[in-house]
Amino acid sequence: MADTPTSRVTYDVVTRSIARTLGNPGKGYFALLALAVALLAVGIVCLLFLLRYGLGLAGYSHPVYWAVYITCFVFWVGIAHSGTLISAILFLFRSGWRTAVYRTAEAMTVFAVMTAGLFPLIHIGRQWYFYWLIPYPNERGLWPNFKSPLIWDEFAIGTYFTVSTVFLIMGLIPDIAAVRDLATGWRKKLYAITAVGWRGTNEQWRHYTRGYLYLAALATPLVLSVHSVVSWDFAMALVPGWHATLFAPYFVAGAIYSGVAMVITLLVPIRKLFHLEELITVHHFENLAKLCLLTGLIVSMSYCTENFTAWFGGNPHERAAFWYRAFGPFWWASWTMNICNGLLPWLLWSKKVRTSVVALFVVSIFVNVGMWFERFVIIVVSLAGEPFERFANATYNPTWADWGIMAGSFGWFFMWFLLFVKNFPTVSISEVKEVLPPPKRAKAVAT
Amino acid sequence: MKVVNPLTAIFHPPPTPGVLAVFGQLDAAVDAMPRHELEDALDQPVSPVRMFTLVGGIAGCAVGAWLTLYMSYDWPVVVGGKPVGSIPPYVVIMFEMTILFGALSTILGIAFNALFAARRLGTVAYDARFTNDKFGIFVPSEPARASQVESLLRGAGAEEVRRA
Repeated sequence: MADTPTSRVTYDVVTRSIARTLGNPGKGYFALLALAVALLAVGIVCLLFLLRYGLGLAGYSHPVYWAVYITCFVFWVGIAHSGTLISAILFLFRSGWRTAVYRTAEAMTVFAVMTAGLFPLIHIGRQWYFYWLIPYPNERGLWPNFKSPLIWDEFAIGTYFTVSTVFLIMGLIPDIAAVRDLATGWRKKLYAITAVGWRGTNEQWRHYTRGYLYLAALATPLVLSVHSVVSWDFAMALVPGWHATLFAPYFVAGAIYSGVAMVITLLVPIRKLFHLEELITVHHFENLAKLCLLTGLIVSMSYCTENFTAWFGGNPHERAAFWYRAFGPFWWASWTMNICNGLLPWLLWSKKVRTSVVALFVVSIFVNVGMWFERFVIIVVSLAGEPFERFANATYNPTWADWGIMAGSFGWFFMWFLLFVKNFPTVSISEVKEVLPPPKRAKAVAT
Repeated sequence: MKVVNPLTAIFHPPPTPGVLAVFGQLDAAVDAMPRHELEDALDQPVSPVRMFTLVGGIAGCAVGAWLTLYMSYDWPVVVGGKPVGSIPPYVVIMFEMTILFGALSTILGIAFNALFAARRLGTVAYDARFTNDKFGIFVPSEPARASQVESLLRGAGAEEVRRA
């Protein structure tokens, strides 16, 4: 059965292999965790400086007032996308191979949204006024402007975070019950509480599976809507390079592309650290690579389309913006984006690359780098090359505070992720069992 | 009259008398992970969770419409030359609220039906192996008929049978 883990895997092997990941993870795990915490500490120090001295520490230079923080925001929201794609959309399509990888992707989604959510707060400068985004009237009775894409974004990200979190928790409940029944000591107490009395009776499964189906059905359009709304933060403006109807599908494809690449980046070390080779097989990586190839090709097509329309549309400002992207002072960012996102995925046409875990890991890191630069190019380079602002000095350089906070965001994300994989089942126990052939009596097998 | 705490029924339900059988093969019994063929065989009605989802989704859409339109007309400010209550941009908020309320009420539906309402009927005997690689059937029965049920379950291939 192509969609299942190896044939030697039984129900007992599944439960015990996954429960084992909650034991002592070894030095490699703690080294990674220490690195993540160190990066987070760098980010916190930079943020404290930013709080003390204000946004002047960021490299803002007129007209570039959306820069690394908004780039990171869009990057992390994008990373969050493949989680719900794999858990919800592939669930609706009954793709059996998702069972071994979706938990990692879902956890990644939740922590990526948690990371993304920090950046608008950092970007506003006076973080202590963050609650002004909440729809309540100010002292003059004025409400938020619901015609602004920034308010749409707040609702979209808030909904996405909530739904992704409940989706993750719902999927975890039967698996927590499974590890509860094997655990001892304080862990047994913890899992007994978090399993909320789950026993796996037919009646419980009846309601649970139906509810999970509806959650997947609700999460599917949400995945498509959230990054569309993020893209409208830009597309609703008249800035050349932003004002394009292509943006919504272009951003959604890019988000899934970067998210799938990040799932590969995360799964490779987890599989090695926790010895999950029998459950997460090369077949799973190959399917992720195919998804990466598909979305990478859509992204490449979008690059071609936006360049073509800039040339063919006859708008001199639009044409100048794209010329500036490719051959202006930020050419290095544009070409990093084009090479990492447009050319490298072509390697995935080769089955040899798709079935090599090491090669996939390397490609996935390049895709992540390329996708970060894509957001940098769209946001910073479009603003820097804005033709209506030609009088302005548009030299923009990120500062140490920008880089430090960005590094801190990676530390924040990886810290939560590593803590999660150590304390909760990283692979879905019940769903992996669901795609395995059930144990049957010899007579039944013969018939 | 003795007053019964309703929470007691949920968190400490009375044990239901019966017989519990532990099976090693799926085709002989029930449990452990969702299997739709068992649902079909038992011919159970569709879960009422769907009503929670529907009502939650409709309520979310209504809240989204109310939020945007009420707040716009409460202090009418013309923005970008558009009508004060402009529906197209508000559809985004209504959509997000539909999903949010729909998802939260689905969770409520699952919690109410699978975790609380089912337990109010009483607890069935449980074995920790059911979340691993064993399957169980619990047959509620009076003690007088328990031995008859036991032999029936043994005949069906149960590895272990015990009274609860």
